[in-house]
This record gives sequence, structure tokens and C-alpha cells, in this order.
Amino acid sequence: MTYHDPGKPKQIDDRNEYHSEKPEGVSSQVETTEEIRVTTPPEISGMGHRMKRKEDPRFLQGKGNYIDDIKLPGMLYMDIVRSPYAHAKILNIDASAALELDGVLAVITGKDLEAHNLHWMPTFQSDTQMVLPTDKVIYYAQEVCAVIATSRYIAADAVELVQVEYEPLEPVIDPFEALEDRVIVREDKEVKTNRTWHWETGDKDATDKVFREAAHVVKQYMYLPRIHVASIETCGMVANYNSSTGKMQLYMTSQAPHAVRTVFALVSGLPEQKIQVISPDIGGGFGGKVPVYPGYVVCAVASLLIGKPVKWIEDRSENLQADSFARDYHINAELAADADGKIVGLRVDTLADNGCTDGQASSSKFPAGLYSICTGAYDLKAAHVSVDSVYTTKPTGGVAYRCSFRVTEAVHMIERMTDILAHDLGIDPAEYRLKNFIRPDQFPYRSPTGWEYDSGNYEAALKKAMDMIGYDDLRGEQAEKRERGELMGIGISSFVEVVGAGPSKDFDILGIKMFDSAEIRIHPTGKALARFGTKSQGQGHETTYAQIIAEELGLPAADIEIEEGDTDTAPYGLGTYASRSTPTAGAAAVMAARKIKAKAKKIAAHLLEVNEDDLEWDVNKWQVKGSPEQAKTIQDIAFAAYTNHPDDVEAGLEATDYYNPPNLTFPFGSYIAVVDIDKGTGVVKVRRFVAIDDCGNIINPLVVEGQIHGGLTQGLAPALYEEIVYDENGTCLTGTLADYLLPTAVESPKWETGHTITPSPHHPIGAKGVGESPTVGAPPAIANAVVDAMWHLGVRHIDIPITPEKVWKALREAGVQD
Amino acid sequence: MITGQFTYFAPTTIEEAIQLLDEHGFEAKILAGGQSLIPAMRFRLSQPGVIIDINGIDGLSGIREEDGNLVIGALTRESMLEGSHLVQSRYPLLADAATVIADPVVRNMATVGGNIAHADPANDHPAVMLAYNAEVTAVGPNGARTIAIDDFFVDFFENAMEDNEILTEIRIPTPASNSGGAYIKLERKVGDYAISAVAVQLTMNGDTCIAARIALTNVNPVPMRAENAERALVGMTVTDDVIETVGEEAGAECDPSPDLRGSIDYKRDITRVLTKRAINLAIERAH
Repeated sequence: MTYHDPGKPKQIDDRNEYHSEKPEGVSSQVETTEEIRVTTPPEISGMGHRMKRKEDPRFLQGKGNYIDDIKLPGMLYMDIVRSPYAHAKILNIDASAALELDGVLAVITGKDLEAHNLHWMPTFQSDTQMVLPTDKVIYYAQEVCAVIATSRYIAADAVELVQVEYEPLEPVIDPFEALEDRVIVREDKEVKTNRTWHWETGDKDATDKVFREAAHVVKQYMYLPRIHVASIETCGMVANYNSSTGKMQLYMTSQAPHAVRTVFALVSGLPEQKIQVISPDIGGGFGGKVPVYPGYVVCAVASLLIGKPVKWIEDRSENLQADSFARDYHINAELAADADGKIVGLRVDTLADNGCTDGQASSSKFPAGLYSICTGAYDLKAAHVSVDSVYTTKPTGGVAYRCSFRVTEAVHMIERMTDILAHDLGIDPAEYRLKNFIRPDQFPYRSPTGWEYDSGNYEAALKKAMDMIGYDDLRGEQAEKRERGELMGIGISSFVEVVGAGPSKDFDILGIKMFDSAEIRIHPTGKALARFGTKSQGQGHETTYAQIIAEELGLPAADIEIEEGDTDTAPYGLGTYASRSTPTAGAAAVMAARKIKAKAKKIAAHLLEVNEDDLEWDVNKWQVKGSPEQAKTIQDIAFAAYTNHPDDVEAGLEATDYYNPPNLTFPFGSYIAVVDIDKGTGVVKVRRFVAIDDCGNIINPLVVEGQIHGGLTQGLAPALYEEIVYDENGTCLTGTLADYLLPTAVESPKWETGHTITPSPHHPIGAKGVGESPTVGAPPAIANAVVDAMWHLGVRHIDIPITPEKVWKALREAGVQD
Repeated sequence: MITGQFTYFAPTTIEEAIQLLDEHGFEAKILAGGQSLIPAMRFRLSQPGVIIDINGIDGLSGIREEDGNLVIGALTRESMLEGSHLVQSRYPLLADAATVIADPVVRNMATVGGNIAHADPANDHPAVMLAYNAEVTAVGPNGARTIAIDDFFVDFFENAMEDNEILTEIRIPTPASNSGGAYIKLERKVGDYAISAVAVQLTMNGDTCIAARIALTNVNPVPMRAENAERALVGMTVTDDVIETVGEEAGAECDPSPDLRGSIDYKRDITRVLTKRAINLAIERAH
């Protein structure tokens, strides 16, 4: 299956399907600069200002409002009985002792849900997932039944009193073993197999031909381990069903409240107008709060059945053990070069371990997400990518952890392969990349797997990173140290991201098209309220959206209140993940602001008694051309919109926009890591890390830098520390933060950041999205640096996380002692 | 933290605390810094019926030199070791350990006495105190008694105190001149238990090592001295070859378990490496 039809006109023309006017600022040619564009004074703080985040005072003062802060009168508490087995039949559940405990109201089992046909639910990939099991459990720590009690402590006491009788079954943990179908994970399926789907893209014949003719081919198997988002706030809900009004309020930790509302309506049969999903402040999402977990559904059902508010808050171990996971890709890759060393072809076979259900947060059209972006920053002749998915007796995989649908896997593979090929050819990895990059004049660039890259200048970003880190000097230092037997490595990652889903024609959640929305209301006194279909989990939307509107309308960003997350008030949207908020809702904010500006022009013309054509916009006012002292500010116009508007113009100053992007955006960057390796212990120390990011035009440099610092740390994490590990029984061994190793400031190097600016040609403000770039780009820079330090010893590859023991083993095998 | 139910006592004298311990016996747990007990209760791995909080008892905290010993009160917070000029200037092995136990937030609450009394082979103070040849004071219904550190760690999470005794004090002999010590710990990340750690305390006479105690963290079911390694060092003119042999002995005589921190081979080999490094650093400090 291929994605784009090569005969089709460029996607940029599709804009006219949705917007009658081509937005200002859109052009087909873009230049790369380093200077951040600023057009408004600090008191307005439009784009480019390092405005401090508007949301921070409440967080810093402990006045945020998270799920666990919500307390409703008469609220009950839920706790969950979980399976001690990865695979087992449930013979009996005896809740009698729990029910005898004072304060316990109910124990809800799969059989209870079955009576309402709520024991199964759809996943975002249209697979099915148990809410509570009726027959068997298929992962360790699976939800078995739930206790509802008058206090959190009583609920936990009652959990210990529920007696569940299991008959253990053989688990299947290894996805290659799962392919043999000896142990069937999903006996509920008609076809008794663990194979879920096979997907391929690219031109197989052309790729095979390129490989036959290639002068050099490198092959490597690599494993991208199972990891967990481990957001500081775990998941939770307060469900509040009012039996007299029939209204169900669901306060929940959701990155996509509207989509969840619709899914709840479809699954439960409750009318959608009677469901209100409210996502209050969220303490980190990273994709882990996109799925609907069994706990949410049981909590909502409990409130529905009992008629009282019910709170459910996961503890850390529940979160780490049972919620959906990311990565878990087994990749066999081959990269081919011609006689000149030019990269010409890529062939990739992948086995995706999606656990017990295919719950990937990805469009139905792309079961392996955007994995086919894996040709990266290089101009290849041909590529072919295939992915097979299997079930195993592990929790659901497929969370797009700070990664736009499998891009991290793709980038890690291509950046590792490029380094292996460069080393094999004896060419410096930086020089090799510069030789193979897609050139700036090739944009918009159509990749061999069908993507149309909007803009890029990969050479500029890498050269800037090399300058900043002093690349040539470091190579000199490395050579000297190698003489002395010391191990130092330099690793590069020149990644290409693909973010900002839609376009609607290609992207959906369970059939709901992916677009996003903004609604702006200007009040008579010139202050504004803007609401969005996205939901910040720490990204700083309350600041950056305000700055976008300030840029367009000249209203001070401080005067613009941003609201998200309440489905009763916010316009419909698909939520925040996949770095999509700026590309979609950010663009919607621009378009809505421009509708307001157009109406403001009519009002200004009326007030100034001139023709609209005689007016020009200047920062925050419409003024008469050639006579700028005759002007009406946006505040003057706002007041007039309610007090003195022209007869043929309706009152008010509001607009809404549902933005369907014409294409994805393609942020990129070049990262360089320098590592020192302790020969005695195998410990890798990241001595320096330079990150040059290009996310197009920058809305708030401070917020962008913050995103990059956080993302780099979350890229360091799987490179050196994090992995979810199971034993042979399928028991999770990393169920606490004592064993699931989140790096801290101590482990993190000083992040040295910089930028180039290559605007998106199709986004109305030329922005691209940045939240995920560092998480996607950082791991291969570190892995490449480690291998670079040890290449002369015969080491070609080490799987992440690169633990001290893995390095130690490679060193001892190479005869290196200390 | 959703613990099971328990009865909470907060005695203000040591006598009162001992009486409560005597009364409730095995069912009772002492709460000092709580940094091991509370996580165990949070997972309901430990469900004590009675908690005796000794934080309100005066006189159990403090660091002083007295009669040729460094005396550390059992309730002394780990962070107080880091802030103690006495420790920093005269007890480098202890000073090393104080900066690598858990993390700063834990060290603000965690106590030296708790770290030792818990008898966890993964804790850092047991090896440190073994290397220092320290003594522990335990107080029970029949008064105080002294337990040599070599006799203190009996088994996995089991110490030599009776159920109705409370650890009140640790005494470290003030090192002789030309002594040096070091604690080198390898951990996966800050706050982690050691993959392996080595405590060395030695005395030099020129290039000859005239006394040495070496102890290991988290590579044995019970906190241990590396006695073969000590024998390979004491009385020797210290050369690289000698140090290599000492390291090999330490790696060979420990008994680590394989886990997420590493395989047996890895733990033995890094114990060898860390032992060498700790000896070199201790010798440097002795001169």
C-alpha cells in the first residue's frame, strides 16, 4: 500500500477545499535564517517574544487543579484488583469478604459489565480491548475487578480481601515466539492467530533492484525497547453521574477530551450532549493519556450504577505496569550505497510487539504510524518498509511516546544505519551526512515512501551544530585519547520529524477526521477569551496561543485568556499529541484572528468614515493609508463592535475556525553528543550535547527551549536508562521508579541548544511544531557516540538502553581491561 | 501512600519507646527517617500493627568526637553528615558515603541509625561501618550494650539486636595517623542502590600498608568484609600488582545475585575495579 499517488497535484493546493483564501504568509519558497522574527512590542508580546508562561504562577504556587485535587460531595473511591499472572483463566471471583468490610459499596467484575455489554471496548486502532475480563487475563497487572468504597484506604483494604481463583496458562512474551501461534493470546478472535496485520510501503521491486546494483550494503538488527511515558501525574478520573439530569461529568486525565466524549457516547449509548469530559490541569501526557484505559470506563460505570461521584487515581506501579507502552519494535534494516558512497536504498523488515491488543494511537490508514518517514534526511532512490504486528501476553503497546506515531523508531534506525555505513566506508559521519542530505533546492521533496517534505535545510543545521560543538577539535582530541587507550566518542543524529496530523483526508481517530479548532471572542473592553480543541499537558498553550493571537490582532497576550479541555465549552478538536497543536489549532487561531481582523476593518472604516480599501493594518490598529494619525486600535474597534457597529454588520467580535492542514509539517535538526566511556565499569558519560532544532518560525523561544530541554532528557532516558522488562513468566520487573530509571538533572548533561529557522511554507505563520523533535532525535546521537568510541574495537552496534553492563561486555569481549 | 491500618505511638523518652517495643514485640516497627519502612508499607510488603515514632525523643541526634571515637546519634540525618566539618575533614570514607546515599531529598529525612539497623546489604552504611570497625550501642529493658559491627549483621535484613532493643549510637574509632579511607559506589542513576560499592579504610607506613579493612555493598546477601582482599593488602608494599590482586580477591569472594543491575560476572568484575580505585584513593588520602 502506498500513501501518496505520485500523479496527484501537490497537497498544498488542497487548502482551497477548506479555505476560500490562501492565507497570508504562505509561499512555496522559504529561506533559512537564524534570526527570530519579532514584529510586536513587548507590551503586546506577539510571536518571537520570550514571554514567561502565563500558567506558571499557579503551578509554582501549588494552585494547579489536577484530577486528584477534585473533591465532590459524597464522592466514593475506586481501587482495582489486578492479575498476578500474565496469562491465566479466571475460575472464580469471591468478593464476599470484601463486601463485608464496613464502607465497601460494590465490587464490579467483568460479568457485571457483560450484563450491560460494557466488558469490551474499542481501541483507537479499531481493535478490541477488555474493560474487565470474564474468562481470562492476558497481561500481568491486568484489571480483574474494581472495589468501590467510601474511602481510598477502605478500597485498598478491600482489594486485599477479594479472592480470585486463577488457572495459570503459558504466557507468550517474545514476539518471535508469538508468531508460531503455539500460545494464542486472543481466543476471543475468530481466527486463532497472534498475527495482527502486515503492512508495507515503498516500491519493493525498485528497492530490490537498487540493492542488486549497490556497491556497499550494511545490515543490522536492532531492538527499540518497550518504554513508558511515566508522566509525573498518573492517570485518573472523577466520574459524576447525576441521575436526575442524566448528565455524566467525566473529569479525566485526557489529551483528547472530545474524541473521548464521542467514544464514550458510542460505547455507552449515553447521548453525547449528556456527556461532559473535563480535562483539568494535566501533569504530563506524552501520548500516555491518549488511550482510554479500563479504569476510566469502570469508574464511569460505577458512578452510573451507584449515582454518586466516584474517584479513581492510579498509583505509580499501576501506571507503570498496566497502562499502554511505547516502542517495542524489532527492526532488521539494510542500507545500500553506490560506488561513490552515495546512499541509494533502504530495506526494512520490522516486527511490532503490540501486546495484547492493537491500541496504537495512530490513524487507521497507517497501522505502523508514520514509520515510513524512515528514509530520513537522505535523498534515496528507493525504499521498502514492511511491518508485521503480533499479540503477546503483555499490556497494550503503541503509545506514541512524545513521538508522532513511530517516528522515533524510524529515526533511530536510519541514523544508526547511516553511521554504520559511514564507518564501514571509512568516511567521517558528519561528512557522510553532508554528502547525502536532501539539498535545500529539492524542497518540497517527495520521499521514496511517498511523503512530501514541506521545507528543510539539513546542511545548515548540521554545520551549525558542528561549529557550536567544535567538531574538528573534538575529532583531534578523540584521536589523541585513543592513542592513550581512552575511549571517547562523537555521535550525530540529523533527524527529520513529521508532525501535525491531519490532513483530514489521511488522518482520523476511529473515523473522526483530524483537524483542530479555535474560537476567539473579543469582549467590549478589548480583552479576549479563546478556546481550543487541543489540551495542554505542560506545553504552554496558555502562553503561546495568546502570543499567536496577539501577533495577529495586536491585543496584548496578557489580555487573552486561553481555555481548553472542557468539551461543553471548547470547540470540537482532536487533542494534543504528535506535536500537532501548533500546526493545527495554532493555525486555526491565526485563521480565526484573521476573520476577526476582517470584520474589524469594516467597523474601523465605519468609525473613521473611510472606505475599507483606504485602510492598512499596523500592529494593533487599522489606520488610514498616508494618514496614520487617523486610526482605530483593536480595543477601540472591540468597544464599537458592541456599541457603535455599522448597520449592515452584526454585533460582536468573535470567530471560530476549524483548520485542516494541507500537509504535515517536517521539523528537523542536527544533534551532536560527546561521550566518555569508563573502561572499568562500562559507564557512559554524556560530556556534551549540542542540539540545533529547526521548527520553522518560533512563537516563544523560551517555551521552545523548555520543550527541547525536556525532550532531550526524555531522549537521553531510553538511550541509557529506561526499559520495561518482563521475566519469563511475563511479570513486569520494572513496576516502580526504583527500577524504571528516569534520569534526573544529575544524569543529564548541560543541554546546549540553538536553532535555524526554515519556515513551513504551508502553515499560516510558518511554524512547524517542536515538542517531540528532541525525544525523537536524541537517542541515536548518544548511541552513535557510544559506538563511535568503540568502533575501532570491532563494535558495530549496541541496543538501547546502553547500560554499563552492555558496554562492559562489549569491551571485555574486545579484550579491553581495566 | 495507601498503607494498611496501624496504631501510632510517639514516645518522648527512650524508656517509653522501649516499653512500647517490649509490649508490642514483633508487631511493632520503629519509625526513624522512614525512608525504607514507608516504601515497604506503601506496597503493603510490611504491615506493622504498631508504629513507634522515635523522632520526638531528644538526644538521639548529633555528631561529636569523644574518647577517641566519632560518635553519631542514631537519629542523625544523612544530610547532617554532609554538613559536618568534622566528618568532612577527618572521616573521608564517611564523607564519601554521605554524598551517594539515595538522593538529597531522602538524605534530609533518612537516619544513620536506620540505615544500619535495617541490615539491608544494599544500604551504604553497613560497609562503611564494617570498614571503620565501628561499634553500635543498643538500649533495651536491661540497659545499654555495645555490639561490635563485625557481629551486628547476622543475616539477610537481620541484625544482632533483640526485638525490644533500640539502636541509639554508632561509634567510629578515630583513625590513626597516616590513615585514609574511601567509598566508591557505582549506581545506575542517582538514588539507586549500588550495583556494587567498596569501602576501604587503611593505614600506611611509607609504601607499606600496615592495616586495612575492606567492605562491600550489595554484592552479598549480608553486608560483608572482603577478608581475602584485606589479607592480600595488609603488610604488603603496595604496587599496582598488589592492588590488582586485592581487587581480584574482592571480586572473587563476594556473592552477588543477578538482577536488573547486572549479572554475577559483571558485579564481580566491577567490584574488582572499584576495589582498586578505592584503595588508590584511600592511599592518596593517607599520605
